[in-house]
Amino acid sequence: MDFALNEQQEMMQTLARDFLGSEYPDKVLREMVDDEKGYTPEFWRKMSEMNLMGLSIPEEYGGVGDFLDLTVVLEEMGRVGFLSPFFSTVVLGASAIIEAGSDEQKQKYLPGISGGKLIFTLALTEPSARYTADAVTAKAALQESDYVINGIKLFVPDAHVSDYVICVARTDEAVNPQDGITLFIVDTNTPGVRCKLLKTIAGDKQCEVTFDNVRISGKDVLGEVDKGWSCVEKIMAKAAVARCAEMVGGAQQVLNMTLEYAKDRVAFGHPIGAFQSIQHRCADMLIDVDGSRFVTYQAAWRINEGLPAAREVAIAKAWVSRALQRVVNSSHQIHGTIGFTEDHILHLYTKRARSHELSFGDADYHLERLVSQSL
Amino acid sequence: MNFAFTPEEAAFRKEVAEFLEKEAPPEYRESRVTFFDMSSHEDWIETHRKIAEKLGERGWISMHWPREYGGQDASPFYRLILREELSRYHSPGYDSIGAGIVAPALLLKGNEEQKKQHLPGIAQGKVMWCETLSEPGHGSDLASIEVFAREEANCFVVNGQKTWTTNAHFADWNALIVRTDREVTPKYRGLTFFLLDMKTPGITVNPVINMAGHHEFNEVFFDDVRIPKENMVGGLNKGWYLVMSLLDYERTTDTVYAVASTYIEDLAEYARENNLLNPLMRNRLAQLTADCEVARMLHYRVTWMQGKGIVPNHESAMSKMYSFELLQRVSEFGMQLLGQYSQLAEGSARVPMYGRIPSCYLRSFGYSLEQGTSEIDRDVIAQRGLDLPRLR
Ligand SMILES: Cc1cc2nc3c(=O)[nH]c(=O)nc-3n(C[C@H](O)[C@H](O)[C@H](O)COP(=O)(O)OP(=O)(O)OC[C@H]3O[C@@H](n4cnc5c(N)ncnc54)[C@H](O)[C@@H]3O)c2cc1C
Repeated sequence: MDFALNEQQEMMQTLARDFLGSEYPDKVLREMVDDEKGYTPEFWRKMSEMNLMGLSIPEEYGGVGDFLDLTVVLEEMGRVGFLSPFFSTVVLGASAIIEAGSDEQKQKYLPGISGGKLIFTLALTEPSARYTADAVTAKAALQESDYVINGIKLFVPDAHVSDYVICVARTDEAVNPQDGITLFIVDTNTPGVRCKLLKTIAGDKQCEVTFDNVRISGKDVLGEVDKGWSCVEKIMAKAAVARCAEMVGGAQQVLNMTLEYAKDRVAFGHPIGAFQSIQHRCADMLIDVDGSRFVTYQAAWRINEGLPAAREVAIAKAWVSRALQRVVNSSHQIHGTIGFTEDHILHLYTKRARSHELSFGDADYHLERLVSQSL
Repeated sequence: MNFAFTPEEAAFRKEVAEFLEKEAPPEYRESRVTFFDMSSHEDWIETHRKIAEKLGERGWISMHWPREYGGQDASPFYRLILREELSRYHSPGYDSIGAGIVAPALLLKGNEEQKKQHLPGIAQGKVMWCETLSEPGHGSDLASIEVFAREEANCFVVNGQKTWTTNAHFADWNALIVRTDREVTPKYRGLTFFLLDMKTPGITVNPVINMAGHHEFNEVFFDDVRIPKENMVGGLNKGWYLVMSLLDYERTTDTVYAVASTYIEDLAEYARENNLLNPLMRNRLAQLTADCEVARMLHYRVTWMQGKGIVPNHESAMSKMYSFELLQRVSEFGMQLLGQYSQLAEGSARVPMYGRIPSCYLRSFGYSLEQGTSEIDRDVIAQRGLDLPRLR
């Protein structure tokens, strides 16, 4: 056992913390929340100069580091509430291509991703807003050597700025809903692809993407036809853990600002942090933050080692999602009314906690997965 | 024991419901706005005033006041029924500061001229009030407030900054607590309560936007604001006692459980219509319904005490804290019920219920802070209600 980061991970942590600490102050976060794109090309270029988009991509495609390194960096991003198509591109797009892509596809896309030239995302959920295989109803019909996709994908992150969308579609009405699902790499400029930005409370960028007779060459099938669901499951596992890492960072940051306030704010002649009811809340917050970090890194480590991780992933996403809600709730209570305003930064963390909980399966969804695995 | 309303009270409820069936603004009902996020509707102030005046014409705002001040000596359950029905119809129209807090305080501590001057406007629903206690540096610890009023020949002159004043941007009058003695210890003996006309020169009101994105409260700056001496209530440096009774009224004025109950029904209806009632959601809904019944009992007990002339104390803190925290849980449940859709804000494509659910949820963070925080409420319950020893 070793609960500490190794040298490489520590280096990544310091690098990311210094970079985001100086380049992504609250002011920038506020701007990006209101910004339609949610990032600037200039910032993306700076990230690419640090080869951040190469994280967890094999070296032969210009990548660097492994999934644990990526987890460490995502935690730092969560700390500052970082918004950008980084998660969509690296965690969703690159993972899918690494997982299921042919050599040719890897050659075509991965260097572009790691080099900061391509933005990717994954279009999985639909208006039913569920993450189960039976919820995939968008259809891809074979016509000669092409596929024609029709359907609506909802809550697709960053699709409005993506060059490519990996679309999860049904190619066969199989008895078992997990069969008959295929992944397609869709250039967002293809005729028939329409994208509408949704307005979310957190200001993170999610879209409705409509596929209206979108014709895709058979060459752009990602992985095996009709056998795409197992790949989706793998991406989902990584995405859920990666999201947890962001939540851990967010929770840590919220705890930090709360402690600072509790020491600073005086009522009845004492810093409010001297009151037992405040101390008890802070103590519970620490358990939530550390607990979140440990279950997240355990799951990330298992994925990184190629060990079975279904149980640990479900535990992490279920537990961290709820823990973060408890942390922000306590933080609001301790901050009093100043934390209830838009002037204070806390509300942005609170709102993001919500969207993070909802993405890649909420607590209820993962608890259900957990119990059905163990019964 | 008897848990029933009298036939007269039941008839009153019916009358109010018939009125609201016609007069409650349909867009408010349709969007299922709650009392606490009315300010999300841009026209709510005008809508409020229109309905308030109609309630006033019928004498409903002041039913439980003494006859000599425009009331009908009715039991406080009439006020409760009115507010329950307003909640059920998602209707504005009740100024919980003027009618809920200032009026009972004036009835208790105001002099004859003050009562004659201010009570009719409140009863008629024509004059709106705000209440200014908190300062940037002092919220829970009100005894420490610093904004100072200097005494002159026939007036007090106020300078400084207050904050979080709900409705200051359209209130006609303000119930204001300031310091009038900086030397005295304990500090609470240096506070005085004033009635302040918001048109007085020197007042600046700046909006503060809450985390739901709405303008509900404000910063208020005072620059040589002159308040005539006759606007002092309860005596010089005797403001503390008024603050304490203000807080007690504040804790009993809003029928928060009624808002929660309406909200639970709306969510249940939405869940039925959209096939969301799995066993987990059913269980949560049932638990909240039971919690809501307890909140109702806690509030009815307080109202019953008031009707008997017993002054509720920790009982009102129990009622207020429990129902506000319940309303937070109901808001949280709304988010869980909607799942992914709960993050869509008003104005988004595909947003259900006009974005009301996240709006209520974000507003709910204030419930355990406003009218005194839950920590302070628990202190009141433990120390005044249970007589537990204090550290200080
Ligand atoms: C929606 C809303 C509307 C409001 N409207 C008004 C209004 O119209 N007029 C007005 O004057 N004010 C209004 N307020 C302000 C509100 O009354 C105060 O914010 C509240 O009393 C808390 O004060 P504070 O924010 O300064 O927090 P603080 O008093 O600084 O408290 C910070 C934290 O410390 C805790 N704490 C403080 N003392 C103790 C203690 N002794 N033991 C344990 N914990 C303690 C508190 O519970 C809280 O968790 C409103 C607030 C909200 C949210």
